[in-house]
Amino acid sequence: MILANNITKKFGKLIALDNVSVKCNKGECVILIGPNGSGKTTLIKCILGMVIPDSGFITFNSKNIYKDWQYREQIGYMPQMGRYPVNMSIGQVIEMMVDIRGGQSRLDDDLIIDFKLKPLLHKRMGTLSGGTTQKVSAALAFLFNPSVLILDEPTAGLDPIASEILKEKIIAEKENGKLLLITSHILSDLDDVVTEIIYMQDGKMCFHQSIELLREDTGEDKLAKAIATIMLKHANNNI
Amino acid sequence: MKKIVKYIMTDILRSKILIIYTLVLFITSLSIFGLEDNINKGVLSLLNIILIIVPLFSLLFSTIYMYNSAEFIELLVCQPLHRKNIWISFLIGLAVSLTISFVIGTGIPIMLFQFNLIGFLIVLVGVILSIIFVAIALWAAVQIRDKAKGIGMTILLWMYFSLLFDGFVLFLLFQFADYPLEKPMLIVSALNPIDLGRILILLKLDISAMMGYTGAIFKDFFGTYIGIIITFFILAIWVFIPMYFSTRKFIRKDL
Repeated sequence: MILANNITKKFGKLIALDNVSVKCNKGECVILIGPNGSGKTTLIKCILGMVIPDSGFITFNSKNIYKDWQYREQIGYMPQMGRYPVNMSIGQVIEMMVDIRGGQSRLDDDLIIDFKLKPLLHKRMGTLSGGTTQKVSAALAFLFNPSVLILDEPTAGLDPIASEILKEKIIAEKENGKLLLITSHILSDLDDVVTEIIYMQDGKMCFHQSIELLREDTGEDKLAKAIATIMLKHANNNI
Repeated sequence: MKKIVKYIMTDILRSKILIIYTLVLFITSLSIFGLEDNINKGVLSLLNIILIIVPLFSLLFSTIYMYNSAEFIELLVCQPLHRKNIWISFLIGLAVSLTISFVIGTGIPIMLFQFNLIGFLIVLVGVILSIIFVAIALWAAVQIRDKAKGIGMTILLWMYFSLLFDGFVLFLLFQFADYPLEKPMLIVSALNPIDLGRILILLKLDISAMMGYTGAIFKDFFGTYIGIIITFFILAIWVFIPMYFSTRKFIRKDL
């Protein structure tokens, strides 16, 4: 569904992405992990067309996304740090998004209800706490029933209850055959959802494996431990 | 695109600064016409004030607005919208709001005291200058990532257009005083939209006789209808060039 081919992106001297190729298919739940500054968010932004790669190309449903914009109708994006116009209330932001994206027959407002955002609709975005802003971001990502969900650090900043609600929603959407692309540090959160793992370091893609294979290779059952083994191996190789 | 323009305009029109701008323009124009017995002199004073305030306010307001809307732009860019449409919507939203303020602020007093071709031309020049400087401000805002640098840049641009350029023209005139400069002056004046607007209106005020031979040449050109049409064509180019380059840059920008 999403195919990134030899993506390279430089910010000045810094190489944010170095010849990265990724392939994601329908019904998968791909988790993107790696240390801070390894290029996870840049890769996501490339897929969204917010950052334009220096070389390489990305296709969405086998159509090149360069200079295309309609493909974003099928993507719901939850940014790492949702930034919204400070003068608008939650209700106005949601209304505006509905108005702009339009054309959708069925809106999925489960998260708005589950996160109990209804009583907060009149609150201005500028006055919200980080966690509430994240809830709004999540609600907006799922609102339009997109076939691809891109979540950048979804559980960071959410309290345990909200994070549990979000996780249930992620599982439900995965069952619906949607593609989920998630970046995260907290692996234990998503142990039982993930099907594929991509590990990135210093802008390079170290490996892309399915979870069963990874468990077999490392002999660890817990995802976190399996990843730790791999990370250690990579660190040792680098030395 | 209409929808984005609508949201941008409601956002801008809510800001109190724009209301203050309208009021300042309104009070200044009214008091100038009230104080001057000679309508022509009144028009001249008003013209000078418009030519200084309108570019400065358009530049500063638009640049600051664009930097403050960084979040809004980020939000829109990851939606199924064409980047070109987003950028042009911002331009239209800013240009229309500033035009509305200007037309209310100066248009009404001018229509009351000076309901003729000159009054109409002043309003038209003011409106076009507002749009030109919105386009220039957007160009500066898209080129420079840092807010303080961007605002500093627009202030420099304003200084260039309203002060430095005149100095440059005077310098040229004195250096090449022995040569016939009347015709090249026509071309040089096209390099600054503020000067172009000023010359256009001054020549309609029948004081070109005071400007000597250059005035006569200018009158021959700007006095005719073809001259006026060409002038507005050049002003239109002043809108499209910054708009074209800023849109091109925005389409390729990393957010």
